[in-house]
Amino acid sequence: MSALEHLPALQVVVPLLAAPLAVLLRQRGLAFAIVLAASWAALAIAILLWLRVAESGTVSYAIGSWPPPWGIEYRADRLGTFMLVLVSGIAAVVLPYSRASIEAEVPEHQHYLFYAMFALCLAGLLGIAITGDAFNIFVFLEISSLSAYVLIALGSDRRALVASYQYLVMGTIGATFFVIGVGLLYLMTGTLNLADMAHRLAQVRGTRPILVALAFLTVGISLKLALFPLHQWLPNAYAYSPSAVAAFLAATATKVAVYIIIRFYFSVFGESQVFDRLPMQPMLVILALGGMFAASGVAIFQTDLRRLFAYSSVAQIGYIILGLSFNSRTGLTATIVHLFNHGITKAAIFMLLGGVAARMGGTTLAQVRGMGRRMPMTSLAIVVCGLSLIGVPGTAGFISKWYLVLAALEKGQGWLVALILLSSLLAVMYVWRFVEAAYFHETSSDATATPSEARWAMLAPALLMAAATVYFGIDTSFTIGSSSAAAAQLIGGPR
Amino acid sequence: MTNESLILAALLVPLAGAGLIAAAGRFPNLREGVTLLTAGLLLACVVSLLPSVLAGGRPAAVLLEVLPGLAIAFRVEPLGMLFALVASGLWIVNSLYSIGYMRANEEANQTRFYVCFALALAATMGIALAGNMFTLFAFYELLTLVTYPLVTHSGSEEARRGGRTYLGVLMGTSIMFLLPALIITWSVAGTTDFTVGGILADKLDAISLGGLLALYVFGIGKAALMPFHRWLPAAMVAPTPVSALLHAVAVVKAGVFTVVKVIVYVFGVKALADAGGAAWLVGIAGFTIVAGSLVALNASNLKRMLAYSTVSQLSYIVMSAALLAPLSIVGAVLHIVAHAVGKITLFFAAGAIYTASGKTEVGELDGIGRRMPWTMGAFAIGALSMIGLPPAAGFVSKWYMLSGAMAGSQVFAVAVITLSTLLNAGYFLPIVYRAFFRGPAGDDAAHGEAPRLMVLALAATATATVLLFFAADLPIALARQLVEGR
Repeated sequence: MSALEHLPALQVVVPLLAAPLAVLLRQRGLAFAIVLAASWAALAIAILLWLRVAESGTVSYAIGSWPPPWGIEYRADRLGTFMLVLVSGIAAVVLPYSRASIEAEVPEHQHYLFYAMFALCLAGLLGIAITGDAFNIFVFLEISSLSAYVLIALGSDRRALVASYQYLVMGTIGATFFVIGVGLLYLMTGTLNLADMAHRLAQVRGTRPILVALAFLTVGISLKLALFPLHQWLPNAYAYSPSAVAAFLAATATKVAVYIIIRFYFSVFGESQVFDRLPMQPMLVILALGGMFAASGVAIFQTDLRRLFAYSSVAQIGYIILGLSFNSRTGLTATIVHLFNHGITKAAIFMLLGGVAARMGGTTLAQVRGMGRRMPMTSLAIVVCGLSLIGVPGTAGFISKWYLVLAALEKGQGWLVALILLSSLLAVMYVWRFVEAAYFHETSSDATATPSEARWAMLAPALLMAAATVYFGIDTSFTIGSSSAAAAQLIGGPR
Repeated sequence: MTNESLILAALLVPLAGAGLIAAAGRFPNLREGVTLLTAGLLLACVVSLLPSVLAGGRPAAVLLEVLPGLAIAFRVEPLGMLFALVASGLWIVNSLYSIGYMRANEEANQTRFYVCFALALAATMGIALAGNMFTLFAFYELLTLVTYPLVTHSGSEEARRGGRTYLGVLMGTSIMFLLPALIITWSVAGTTDFTVGGILADKLDAISLGGLLALYVFGIGKAALMPFHRWLPAAMVAPTPVSALLHAVAVVKAGVFTVVKVIVYVFGVKALADAGGAAWLVGIAGFTIVAGSLVALNASNLKRMLAYSTVSQLSYIVMSAALLAPLSIVGAVLHIVAHAVGKITLFFAAGAIYTASGKTEVGELDGIGRRMPWTMGAFAIGALSMIGLPPAAGFVSKWYMLSGAMAGSQVFAVAVITLSTLLNAGYFLPIVYRAFFRGPAGDDAAHGEAPRLMVLALAATATATVLLFFAADLPIALARQLVEGR
């Protein structure tokens, strides 16, 4: 049973080791095999951890047996394990997809590097979700970010390099702000262990350095999470990177950043510090609404589908932050469940768009004309995912929307309810741009409309993810069960 | 089969049918056969549920729990039973008509057409048999989405624009008004189950109750209450079989059905009356009745006229339900049936005229009765039903609606019903007269009756319209059960 005891450590170590192995092995088939095995192992570990925490409560693991708070502690609670399942689950599905998709998008001699970076990124994201040490979060944040920059730059479009560079600059500023915040916290509390920090913050409540730390943390992570107006890097990064990278990052990178915010706001600072001392609530509400409307509005006018759905992501992140701003269990449940629901929806969309690019020659609205006939399954799947973004019953997005509206009603914010629903109508408008292009026009290129779907290796994972979007809109026992338990732990409960 | 499995069958049969129709796409005769078989099977399932409902039973089935406390659940009560009967019964007739129409006009994408039709019926069954508002909302949204390809069938620029209005108004109203109404109901009442006597009694004050009712009523865009009626004329861009079933029966009836269901089972008639009633709703519905008829009076395109006539007739149902009196509610329920058979006949006739002669304008119909006696005969019966004259079904429902309004001394409602009856006569009777008693214009090309299958369908619905005048026992029995609160 000793392997089971070390599950928290293995969660990070397994994908982390796969990266240098992939580099050493060089041969792309072997590199793929190693990283695939590592990511599926990571998923298995995440599920086991989730089951364990759901059954018997928070699991604490001391790295190297150094006891916390001096040693680095890995701590898996309901929220953390939910994030682990999400990230590893997305990776497990995107990786088989990527093998087929990067053949057209990345030069062959770089494939093994792609897999190595993917493994690193995965390790970094998983590490953030499981660690209980503030500086350790920074380390993993940098690991995942740096590998993400490389992954984005591997895109075939020349602008991928610029997009990666832009993300690098903004991301580094964000990480730097984050580490300044952590430094200030360390200064005032003398510890880096999150649980210990929470305990010690009680004595230094409301002092200037603590408030400044909170501010630096918020701004720093907001850059990573693409909170409006710090979202500038996102559209380019998602539009020009390889499709597998867009699928993976859209589903995980920003979500893990939200996780960091939730962890610091509710587990470390405690909601009273965050929302009472600083005008965090109105500020988050305004920024969230800004994201929801500005990004949805811009999305409607995009001509390239990948950029369109990238802006859609910024809008959906607005929903996520809005739920957080309510500072209530329902609001936090909405936030956490939407991390998952939006993650799977966007992963599906970007995987499908990768297939579209391969078959239709690109993803602009002009290029996808008549796609409804040539790629019927892909088109239908994109529509279904679009319906999830709108929040139609029967899709995962509806569940998140339900809780978000419920949270707003609980706070008596009727006007917020109206605004949330109004932005859904904007989503109808940008999703329908795809519907009209795909179904109402004839294919621009050849006259034959014989169906030619993407390769099965690319189509199957994408359809699986799209099916998951519907599944989790109907069977919410896992998603809502985890999210509401996590919210209960975070607000008004012991850590 | 147990009642529970019959309910699930009512949903699965059209769903499975849709799949089989898609599979049989290459073989038109087989495909059409599957449609007819599916429709027949569905009617059989629905009819099998009837005996228990008439005896006072309320068959129920729970499918699955989506959120804690919110399940996809079904419960058959009198109103839902009636709606399910109407929709499934008319699907068979409409399928016969569609086969005739689609083949005569050599329409493209017929497989997609029949598949979406089957899916639309599945969604309609979900709405009719829903046991709580959450389930109803889910299937309501599904119906909008599934009928979009039907409305935009031709794929033309006009169809695309019509589709935008259709989707925009229906999704707009359901997302902005109906969804918050549902969530508010859940948060206030702790449940969304349809319960005799309503679930909101003593939970909200009178003003909030009125506000919530407004959210519901305007959120149910399919009831075409003004100002959210624009989707109906916009949807006339669809092929006539679509207009016939969906916009005379399934979609619009889902709208008014939901309104009546919400008034009776979510708010509760007594609770609403105690809170001061819904006089404002009577006013808005009354306005819609008259305004719709006025626009129809001026319409030159036949389908547009029928569309606005539908807008007007739907508000008869809403207005009578809003009067909250037993007789009026019976009238409203009866009108759901009467309008369905009457309007479908009219749309069938319009499609038959277009197929046989290519004519679409009201002014072109002089003398057409000589060439197409069956079609125009059926049209005349449908017109009588709209006006509310014997021997058509519309007379029975209007009788009840008028009696209910008079019994409650509702001067406004009586005036509206009377005025609109005159207006209806004003735009329907001249068409019938000119079709039979005027000679055709000089440059009129010779043509005969419509294809046999279409004539068969419209003769069937016209007969049903007359039959319901003489034998309305079943609908009246179900309506009585609804009103008596069982």
